[in-house]
Amino acid sequence: MADTKPKPVETLESVTIRFAGDSGDGIQLSGTQFTTATAMSGNDLSTLPDFPAEIRAPAGTLPGVSSFQIHFSSKDILTPGDEPQVLIAMNPAALKAHVKDVVSGGILILNADTFTLQNLEKAGYKSNPLEDGSLADYRVIPVPLSTLTANTLEDTALKRTHIDRCKNFFALGIMYWLYDRPLEPTLDWIQKKFQKMPEISEANSKALHAGYAFGETTELFQSHYHVGKAPIKPGKYRKITGNEATAFGLIAAAHLSGRTLFYGSYPITPASDILHELAKHKNFGVKTFQAEDEIAAVGAAIGASFAGHIGVTGTSGPGVALKSEAIGLAVSTELPLIVLNIQRGGPSTGLPTKTEQADLLQAYGGRNGESPVAILAPATPSDCFHMTIEAVRIALKYMTPVVLLSDGYLANGAEPWKIPDVASLPPLPRLNASEPEGFFPFKRDPETLARLWALPGTPGLEHRIGGLEKADVTGNVSYEPENHERMVHLRAEKIQRIAREIPPTEILGPHQGKLLVVGWGSSYGAIASAVQNLQKQGLEVAAVHVRHLNPFPPDLGRILKNYEQILVPEMNLGQFLLLLRAHYLVPAVGLNKVKGQPFKVSEIENKILQMLGNKETSDGGNKSRAARANA
Amino acid sequence: MAETKAAPPALTRKDFISDQIVRWCPGCGDFAILAQTQKFLPTLNIPREKFVFISGIGCAARFPYYVDTYGFHSIHGRAPAIATGVKCANPDLSVWVVTGDGDSLSIGTNHLIHALRRNIGINILLFNNEVYGLTKGQTSPTSRMGTKTKSTPYGSIQEPMIPVSIALAAEATFVARTFDTNLDHLSEMLLRAARHKGTAFIEILQNCKVFNDGAFADITERSHREETTLTLSHGKPLVFGKEKNKGIRLRGYVPEIVEFEPGRAPPEILVHDEKHPDSSLAYLLSKLYTPKFPVPIGVFRDVERPTYEELMRQQIEAVKKSRPADLQALIAGAETWQVPAERDAEEGA
Repeated sequence: MADTKPKPVETLESVTIRFAGDSGDGIQLSGTQFTTATAMSGNDLSTLPDFPAEIRAPAGTLPGVSSFQIHFSSKDILTPGDEPQVLIAMNPAALKAHVKDVVSGGILILNADTFTLQNLEKAGYKSNPLEDGSLADYRVIPVPLSTLTANTLEDTALKRTHIDRCKNFFALGIMYWLYDRPLEPTLDWIQKKFQKMPEISEANSKALHAGYAFGETTELFQSHYHVGKAPIKPGKYRKITGNEATAFGLIAAAHLSGRTLFYGSYPITPASDILHELAKHKNFGVKTFQAEDEIAAVGAAIGASFAGHIGVTGTSGPGVALKSEAIGLAVSTELPLIVLNIQRGGPSTGLPTKTEQADLLQAYGGRNGESPVAILAPATPSDCFHMTIEAVRIALKYMTPVVLLSDGYLANGAEPWKIPDVASLPPLPRLNASEPEGFFPFKRDPETLARLWALPGTPGLEHRIGGLEKADVTGNVSYEPENHERMVHLRAEKIQRIAREIPPTEILGPHQGKLLVVGWGSSYGAIASAVQNLQKQGLEVAAVHVRHLNPFPPDLGRILKNYEQILVPEMNLGQFLLLLRAHYLVPAVGLNKVKGQPFKVSEIENKILQMLGNKETSDGGNKSRAARANA
Repeated sequence: MAETKAAPPALTRKDFISDQIVRWCPGCGDFAILAQTQKFLPTLNIPREKFVFISGIGCAARFPYYVDTYGFHSIHGRAPAIATGVKCANPDLSVWVVTGDGDSLSIGTNHLIHALRRNIGINILLFNNEVYGLTKGQTSPTSRMGTKTKSTPYGSIQEPMIPVSIALAAEATFVARTFDTNLDHLSEMLLRAARHKGTAFIEILQNCKVFNDGAFADITERSHREETTLTLSHGKPLVFGKEKNKGIRLRGYVPEIVEFEPGRAPPEILVHDEKHPDSSLAYLLSKLYTPKFPVPIGVFRDVERPTYEELMRQQIEAVKKSRPADLQALIAGAETWQVPAERDAEEGA
């Protein structure tokens, strides 16, 4: 390679790459490694992993395709990118499943070795796309990845199957060369991961190097690309996924409150990673409990909370359905409880590995009786950290269940995160009752209406709680009509009082005007990007993102009245829209998507343009993208 | 119990009676169990605030309201799950689950079984009255074949569950059976349960006066009790009968009754061993039931195994020793990078 003339380097502002292959091809691993190397290069980034619900669907078939998309840039970005410019497809099925998303003129890097008659048939190709001209719109770069990897590792003693498994590192090496990424983070990772298998470790490292060298020497690539560092605020950064941030948020909240964290959970996609993460950190005193079912998971969390711990249960929509009665018990007994719902496509088992925001009304009203809970929704992967702490704060302060609505997209997506200074996080004090004089279990704080938290083991505060209606103050069972109505109102009012502490809503753009986009949860990135793009084109459009969904921020109603039109994009059929219209009597309209995939920026841009009367709605989004690319 | 000078005045039965009116039907077997429990609790020498009574739904589940300790009347079948959370959070507490045959063997069987296999340090009192009382008389999972109830007017067509068998199959470390009208025996079982480390399971045969009156008369009536029950005693042969003239022996895998002259028990009579590490014999005894056999009363099994809360504590302590709890380091993770302050100027867009 020393005698090879270096190839020219082109500078790009933003790139979107998608890795795709069999779920056994190590696609998620390649994507995660590329993400780490990209983060280390100082780019801003956002990722979208997408994998099948089956662990290993039949190899080479469309249902078995797993993918990982990363958008990285020298500018501030908020989404994983609408359409990839580069697709790395490890087999014909991966090509078939994803080529339609690639921008016209984009690069397709294909594992040529896999384009055999048998594999083409499995993927449903009638003819070989490498030969039949169907890929004429793209720059096709066929690379015999399996052959090249086998040649690279022919001297090793590894079995052929093991050698072939190294091909994803060869492909990754090519991508590192193509986008000028450092190899070191991945080399370090390989070394650590395969510490006990030195042959495998060496083979993977060799394949990565060989892929890099291949990029440099092959005539298939005329140049490679540089994406400069993004103007990110100075500080120490890491990349983080939503589920990691949620787990860290819980540990931090326990630390800030001086209480022990108890996490009761039952395995369910896409929430299980939180259980896995927390189970590792017993050195923080974290108690994790893998229960026999969803109900036991929440039951144990409620029991732990009764005894003074921070009781948390984590699940996805189907699990929340099972926990509903127990959440109602926590409402009635007024115990702190944090319920993490990492939403996925529904109803029923639905789309376990795909994202959706269709559990808002379940959180809002999915229990018998008048059973209000606080509801929060983080906007980005790293925001999960702060919103989880906020959930714990509210639960402890108001003695109430809090539902945190994350989703599959936030859970698995990653972004760079400026690591907060733990010492700067405000403490979460919540006193236990200790004074027997005048003690009643349902005596309330006049400010928050929270009842006293008297832990078993405290002398003189012996009391009974339960799911039967209880008398105000004394907590004794009461069937008295007036008392029941008073208690229903008190529980509702307590939740409403949380609004007093919600900070003013941030408005992205003008404080009044033609159109306001109101979003919640993980669609933040797509909404903010769309609105910013259109603002640059001079359109009078603003956005607010609601993180507190019950109660709503106190200034939200006033803000809504300042715009002629209101658009509510959400990944459901209009649940937030329903609540906004009911609460504020505003003629808001929805933009709804239920494909298991997050919004594309262009989809939101198009809708805004349509609402603002722009006639060229069909290519409005494309125009703005073109404008961005040329900026 | 000897009192030391510094100790507060010893607790009495009255200290465990709450100010709530007990609302069971007159003649309900629950009254006797409640009274016996309130009498027995002070003998444990545990401060009152350390007791927690947790229940699900059903007649038995009202129990916590009547005991002046900490209490939690939860939802149907879930008491063992809630008790598990309480015990994990504070292993110092003496945690009691009060449940019924519907609560624990229908809607909540899952939690019962898993509490037992985990050996979490809670005491489970299962009041078995072979009927749903609070919902006014339907068949329960322990109702015997043919039992006529409102939901089975032509007789139950389901095989009943044997609570003790279920507990033993779940690898419970302490399993006992007693009944509501045998107060001394009930007290003894409560005491043994309280002393046991790990999950203690007691089935209490309890009469429902209104919906299933006399369901256990064939077993527990004083007039024939000695013939219809078999009192288990560790290390003693399985002998019963007014004249102590009957015993249980095995023919192959099958138990049978053998009669003999009083005082001259044949050597093949089974000897009870509640401490045996293998639960097979205890399980075999659990299958002895009326009308073919006397119903065994007493401790079927009492073995030691580490408790869930203790293993949880040990793991946490071990990890704490090997890794410091540095929150800042945790959230930073292994892979970080520094963005320098002057970067804005350096990079033009």
